[in-house]
Amino acid sequence: MPELKTKVRDLLDAHDPATTDPAEFLGARFDAGLAWVHFPEGLGGLGLSRGRQEEVDRLLAEAGAPEPDVGRNSIGLGMAAPTLIAFGTPEQQERYLRPLYTSEEIWCQLFSEPGAGSDLAAIATRAVQEGDTWVVDGQKVWTSGAHNAQRAILVARTDTSVAKHAGLTYFVVDMSDPGVDVRPLRQVTGEAEFNEVFLTGVRVPDADRIGEVGQGWKVATTTLNNERVAISAGNDREAGQIGLVAQQWRDDPSVRTPGAQAELLAWWVECEVTRIAGERLRQQLESGQPGPESSAMKLAFARQAQQITGFALELDPAKGLLYDDWTMVRSASASFLGRGPGFRYLRAKGNSIEGGTSEIMRNVVAERVLGLPPDHRPDKGIPFKDVPR
Amino acid sequence: MTDLLYSDVEESLRSSVRSTLQRTVGDDLVARLFDEPSTDTSAVWRALAEQLGLAGLLVPESLGGVGAGPREAAVVLEELGRAVAPVPFLTSAVVATTALVVAGDEQDLPRLASGEVTAVLVLPWTARRGAWTAVGESAEPVAGALDADVFLVPVSGSGGETSLRVLTSDEVSVEALTSLDMSRPLARVSVTGEGREVDSGDAADRAVDAALAAGTALIASEQLGLAQWCLETTVEYAKTRVQFARPIGSFQAIKHRLADLYLAVVQSQSAARYAAATLADEDPDQAVAQAVAGSWCSDVAVLAAEEALQLHGGIGMTWEHPVHTYLKRAKADQLALGTPDAHRSDLAQLVDLTL
Repeated sequence: MPELKTKVRDLLDAHDPATTDPAEFLGARFDAGLAWVHFPEGLGGLGLSRGRQEEVDRLLAEAGAPEPDVGRNSIGLGMAAPTLIAFGTPEQQERYLRPLYTSEEIWCQLFSEPGAGSDLAAIATRAVQEGDTWVVDGQKVWTSGAHNAQRAILVARTDTSVAKHAGLTYFVVDMSDPGVDVRPLRQVTGEAEFNEVFLTGVRVPDADRIGEVGQGWKVATTTLNNERVAISAGNDREAGQIGLVAQQWRDDPSVRTPGAQAELLAWWVECEVTRIAGERLRQQLESGQPGPESSAMKLAFARQAQQITGFALELDPAKGLLYDDWTMVRSASASFLGRGPGFRYLRAKGNSIEGGTSEIMRNVVAERVLGLPPDHRPDKGIPFKDVPR
Repeated sequence: MTDLLYSDVEESLRSSVRSTLQRTVGDDLVARLFDEPSTDTSAVWRALAEQLGLAGLLVPESLGGVGAGPREAAVVLEELGRAVAPVPFLTSAVVATTALVVAGDEQDLPRLASGEVTAVLVLPWTARRGAWTAVGESAEPVAGALDADVFLVPVSGSGGETSLRVLTSDEVSVEALTSLDMSRPLARVSVTGEGREVDSGDAADRAVDAALAAGTALIASEQLGLAQWCLETTVEYAKTRVQFARPIGSFQAIKHRLADLYLAVVQSQSAARYAAATLADEDPDQAVAQAVAGSWCSDVAVLAAEEALQLHGGIGMTWEHPVHTYLKRAKADQLALGTPDAHRSDLAQLVDLTL
């Protein structure tokens, strides 16, 4: 399709990246259908195959065009957008997708609760219908970026008389609603990237319900699958933590010992085979072959990030004993490559918890990919209100 | 990046190889080789070589071969690994054939392509690209020598340069060795004749290095197929074996080990495909790809066989269950054509992570 190149050229001609405000440029990019080429026309896309996006991204990067702000709006871009495309009404898609893409509206995810982490379908936050409004009460936790967010995707319980998966409904919440109280949750790193969110009498219009009442689990599963694909997206050789330690090895002869070399090479190989597997997964998705590997890939990325960041501290022990900054901050971005090695070591501990723990990922692989028998689940088929808690 | 998926042609090749092996490799054929090394396995190779033309897969069409490439050979090796097939495909149709193709031989390749004869590169099976020395009086342990007709031997020429020579079976003596993996038995090969020179000097070194590089790139696919068989067989067993009134596959301890093994196998598949694809494309990244696949896939094959044995419990430890033949092939493959550690030290040079 030669006109894809022409469309990029037209966009760049009309909006010089050097002089155009980034949000304005991204808005124009959305309007040209170059945000997500596989989305429908009029909604940021051109109805093309997902694989064509790479070409657009490359051409725009070469021209120095601003990128969508994945660091601040990863939930919006990676999870809310594909969920809205799959389940939103035309009105919802029209209203939400463009400001989401330009990051004029940042999104967060009101899923996990103190009593519902790995067992996400056990959430207790209630939504009760009053006319054409839903009234929401409950508490959410581990909500990254809630302090910056204008909107949230929410899973709430709308029926306690049916089994846990059947009584859930999915909504979009306006974070400026007076019933929304966001409190920082300080983590092992010292900063508060995450939050607790208390919802008290939050009023959500029925027009902001995504999907049917009681279908919230199905909608949330779409969001979570996209989350896992986003977490395990392919990369260049030596991208991420392995690149940092490899560079440290090359730059500083004092860190080089035979034992460390053996460990470094083993991790290098493992990161490389994971990178190639990620590329293979991408090729499978592009050619329309479903790839069940993404849950397994998330396991690999979590382990590598954790082990290699720990190894980095050992490579230079005198520096490893130090930390860059214990000041309590509420970070704006989820990227952690810019901080010191101690921060990276501590932050990486979350990689095997966020987006599904490694234990749950192993269950997903074992049951859905390998077809092994399910775990014993005593709450199966029991109305939610009768499940012992 | 290069294409890492399988083409329709490759999938159809795979199913031909698989059904041929199902027909020709009986339940206990491989295990029987440990008790009776003289067991006749020629029917397996005849079916693959003559009916499917696999002997000439890498031989150019002008010399009577199929003119296919490493991608297709990799798919064949995945299936041979799944069956621990006792055939000389890797040693003759890949390693020795590559050496002869690179050396520009036109005399022996047509006979090899037809499957009428098999060839062997006479070097220890532990040799790898850049890490081998010319053969003096004898070499051991050599794989693929016992039934070979054409012996390709790199010896030292008069000026100390390599002379790559073809010897007939009359010009060598071959003595069988008791091998960890009797499905690819090893031998001591002693040189007794002169043979004929096919290449010399740097060109001969290049031919031998190319042969060993192809071996490293493609044994990864044999290891992949072996690991896939171990994983699939163990998953099936875990679904049906009941203890404590539950299939053992419903216990998380078992599920999580199999999930981890699945991940390692998925990574192996990508590493093996990448090694085959970069070899096929003559990609400058092929040396890195070979070092990565050479270290990763061989460790994963051993892990898969060891996990299969453990998770089968008592039955896994028996001679009657085939898992031991997979373990022996996997461990032998890990030591062949460069150990994982040797490949990682090659990698250190290639990606500038030296001491």
